[in-house]
This record gives sequence, structure tokens and C-alpha cells, in this order.
Amino acid sequence: MLPSRIYPTHGTFNQLRREINRLMENVGDYPQAFFGGRSFPALNLWEEGDDLCVEAEVPGLGMDQIDVHIAANELTIKGERQPMEGENLSYHRQERGTGTFSRSITLPLEVDPDRVRASLKSGVLTITLPKGAEARTRKISVQTE
Amino acid sequence: MASDTAVEKHEDNITQAEHVREGRSYKANVDIIEKDSELLLVADMPGTEAPDVDIHYENGQLSIHAKVDQRQDESDTRYLLHEYGVGDFYRSFHIGEGIDASRIEANMKNGVLTLHLPKAQEVMPRRITVKTD
Repeated sequence: MLPSRIYPTHGTFNQLRREINRLMENVGDYPQAFFGGRSFPALNLWEEGDDLCVEAEVPGLGMDQIDVHIAANELTIKGERQPMEGENLSYHRQERGTGTFSRSITLPLEVDPDRVRASLKSGVLTITLPKGAEARTRKISVQTE
Repeated sequence: MASDTAVEKHEDNITQAEHVREGRSYKANVDIIEKDSELLLVADMPGTEAPDVDIHYENGQLSIHAKVDQRQDESDTRYLLHEYGVGDFYRSFHIGEGIDASRIEANMKNGVLTLHLPKAQEVMPRRITVKTD
């Protein structure tokens, strides 16, 4: 039997590995950094009249540690939470994550990027995104013939 | 790592007295850090400010309760993505005798509560000088 000329990258095992890598990246949205094992921050998204609202809980972060970007219909929230500084620190329990995080989501409707507002209070980030002209509800008057 | 001042982590979430307020209660994520002179308890409680937090220490039991108002009218909001709930935070710990309860201090910043639990004098690490006879 002739030796196999199939390259290792085409093998079944590697294909499985590529599939799993792809799965890990696109869990509903674009590549996310895992912050303590979970995607961070968790997001709530809702509509409020002519606005789309996004809220995230980011305790411990001030304005300098958070970055919010919008490009086309993709919203990115990224930042870093520093671990506690000091010497001779001994952790008896660590449930709070530290490190950098970045989360991008594709917004379900069109927004006007120039009028997006974001505010941060008590560790809660609120982003208000006015809907784009197309996405706003328009009342259609019904005429009688 | 463990010392006499180790905070025992008994959390009686099931046997706790029930809260009168309705709505959900969540377990705040907590870091417990031991330093030379104190124990630090750091809790993530986004959406809360100092007046909302109630800290109670009695018989070695430390309990933290933060009142969180709903930011949205849950019944009336059309969520397109709903990954977390908003509600009160609660956590309780059993603190060993190595803590000087009268000097416990707490501060709150950006939704994070930091509790300073100073170690009682008797258990502070002491440097012992060796004398020659």
C-alpha cells in the first residue's frame, strides 16, 4: 500500500479541533475574552421607544478602565480590572475576576452611531443607542378611499 | 496559608431568615484576602451605593445585605438579550475570633464594597527576638 500523502492538517482530528476552536469563538457573538472563565460583561439589551439600551454590570471599574466603541452595527465593550495590589496577600477565596476583557456584539437593529450615549454609575454601564432612521417605528395613517 | 484568623465560610443561604422585600436576592461575588494586620472582604455589588448596604456583625456572624432597586420595570421591558437579573445582594460569613469587631471598617466605590476586618492584637504576627543568655 502506498504511503499516505494526506497532510496532517487535513486529518479528522485536526478538523475536529478547528470546529471546536470556531465554536469557542462565536458563542452568539464575536470573539470574547474570558474573564474568570465566563464571558464578561453579561449584557441586558432592550428597546425603549426610539432607543436601544444596553446595560452591563462592571463593578470596580471607573471611566478610565472602560472603553466603549461602536462601528457599523457592532458594539464593543472592553476594559481591564486590576487585581489588588500589595505584598503578603493571601487569598482565602477569589470569586471576582481580574484582567482584561473585551466583548463585541452585533446589534439587532440599526443605530445612529453619532448619537450614542454611555454612562457609568456604581459599576453599572448604561449605553443608549438611538435607532437609525430605518429602524424607528413610523405611524402609517390609513386613508379612506 | 490558613491561620488562626481564617474566616470560615459557612454560608447558610438556605437557613437564613427570609427577607421581607420581594424580588430576587443574589449572592455577591466575594474575595477574601488576608494581609498582615487585617482581613479584607471585597464584594462586587454593582448598582449599589453606601446607604444601600447593611452590614451586620453578631456572634461571629458577618452578614452583608445590599438593597438594589430595579432599574427597569421587568414586566414592561422588551428584552432582546437578558443575561443577568437585578436584585438585592446578600452574603454571610462566619468570622473566627481573631477579628477585632470594634474596628471593622467598610467603604464603597464603583459598586464594590471593601470591608476591613482588623486582626485582634493577640493574633498579630509578632517578631520574636532571640536573646542570648
